[in-house]
Amino acid sequence: MRMATDMDKQLRVNPIECSGHGACAELLPEMISLDEWGYPLIDPRPVPPALERQARRAVNGCPVLALQLGRKR
Amino acid sequence: MPLRRGESTASRSGPDGLPRLLPADTTMPEGLRDHLARHGFVPYRNGRLQLAADLRAAGLTGRGGASFPVYRKLEAVASAGGRPFVVANGAESEPASSKDASLMWLAPHLVLDGLQLAAEAVGAQEACLYVHDTQGGQLASALQSALSERWSARIDRVPVRLAGAPARFLAGQETAMVNLLNGGLAVPTFAPPRVFERGVAGAPTLVQNVETLGHIGLIARYGAGWFRRVGTHAEPGSMLSTINHADGSVRIIEAAVGTPLRSLLAADLGTDGMDGPAQAILVGGYHGTWIPAPSAAGLTLDNAGLRPAGASVGAGVLAALPAAHCGLAEAARVVHYLALESAGQCGPCLNGLPRIAKGLATLAGMRPGPRVRADVERWAGLVAGRGACSHPDGSVRFVRSALTVFAAELRHHERGACSATARRPFLPLPSGTAVSDEDWS
Repeated sequence: MRMATDMDKQLRVNPIECSGHGACAELLPEMISLDEWGYPLIDPRPVPPALERQARRAVNGCPVLALQLGRKR
Repeated sequence: MPLRRGESTASRSGPDGLPRLLPADTTMPEGLRDHLARHGFVPYRNGRLQLAADLRAAGLTGRGGASFPVYRKLEAVASAGGRPFVVANGAESEPASSKDASLMWLAPHLVLDGLQLAAEAVGAQEACLYVHDTQGGQLASALQSALSERWSARIDRVPVRLAGAPARFLAGQETAMVNLLNGGLAVPTFAPPRVFERGVAGAPTLVQNVETLGHIGLIARYGAGWFRRVGTHAEPGSMLSTINHADGSVRIIEAAVGTPLRSLLAADLGTDGMDGPAQAILVGGYHGTWIPAPSAAGLTLDNAGLRPAGASVGAGVLAALPAAHCGLAEAARVVHYLALESAGQCGPCLNGLPRIAKGLATLAGMRPGPRVRADVERWAGLVAGRGACSHPDGSVRFVRSALTVFAAELRHHERGACSATARRPFLPLPSGTAVSDEDWS
């Protein structure tokens, strides 16, 4: 198990912008699944370094730019 | 009468007992002359954050529902850089609450004193008073007169404009309010930036509930020690509460924080071992928590006292549900309303709340299917924590506590019976729902 640090990146979604397109869950199924209405359920834990590139791809792949990867708040 | 401007108020010892905020005569609004006779001139501090230490020592927390320490908000806004803006939030959107409207009606000048002092404390040169324009605009026009009177008497240093809130449940929500004041609709936005960083016209914005401002007006005059003479050590002072009694009457009272619910709701919970007419108490309004009457009788009106029951004081709304009414039917009515009041911006809330409301309506009927309760609980889990504002979270808190507290009633319904004898709706709900953008502006 890793210690959480300030540098940990976390995924979060702007729920107003999110339209339930579902691209994020396709691009990062390790951390994002969809609820029964098609909206993302995001793993709240820090993104492991091994998944960071893939997470960035999911962020860029969101058609409405609702997914964000940022410093843990 | 009266103190002249600039005369010291430091020697004033502060009124004993309660109420503090409300004038003794609660039939008539207190005019400027009577207000000044009761409390003296506004004790301006002539400097930024001069008041923050007093508010910190007083332990004043926000009375709009979140109980956030007031001095910390002042410091955050004052240090955010730029020229801040201040909003007095009087948009009391909770249907079962009328304490803010009562305070603004009866003691407008105390609230407006607090607004001036808050503006001074953060270095704002502009402020706004945000209120619902209900009851034919009577309150709003009384407040406008009070503002004009103060401006002519040169009591106010910062001009205050009145802004009208639409009749929506979320209109008083901080980001919704800022969005409206910036020319948009009164719908929540996604933070950050937080309003204390970037709010009205992009300025760091201090938002305080009107009752909180009233307390500021008193603490500035009579000091932190006086404020702490009532309340608990951890949660000092007094608070206004709207009490919806089981007999249908509604009373506004100012009580010490930590007052036993048994004494606030004596007529509802019963006394001397005698049961009262209430089966359950709703604490905190329609984003609040149901508590069975016997448990409520052992609780106190402070966050530490309510925490074991999963509740918090919120904005001080208490509602006693009579045993003759069906708790499930009441919960279903309220959640139907909450679903309609969703701004409809966030997928989980937009999809989940109407389903939860429909599920509750089914549970409130006869012989609901075996899966309905589980569906409602699953949807509740999918909605909580997934909105831009706290509407889904608050609604889910209400729903979950209703399912727990009215579990015995639910078993009756599953067998095709309802124990209620009264059919007319009990909890207050406004009529009219939003049909177009106009209803949100």
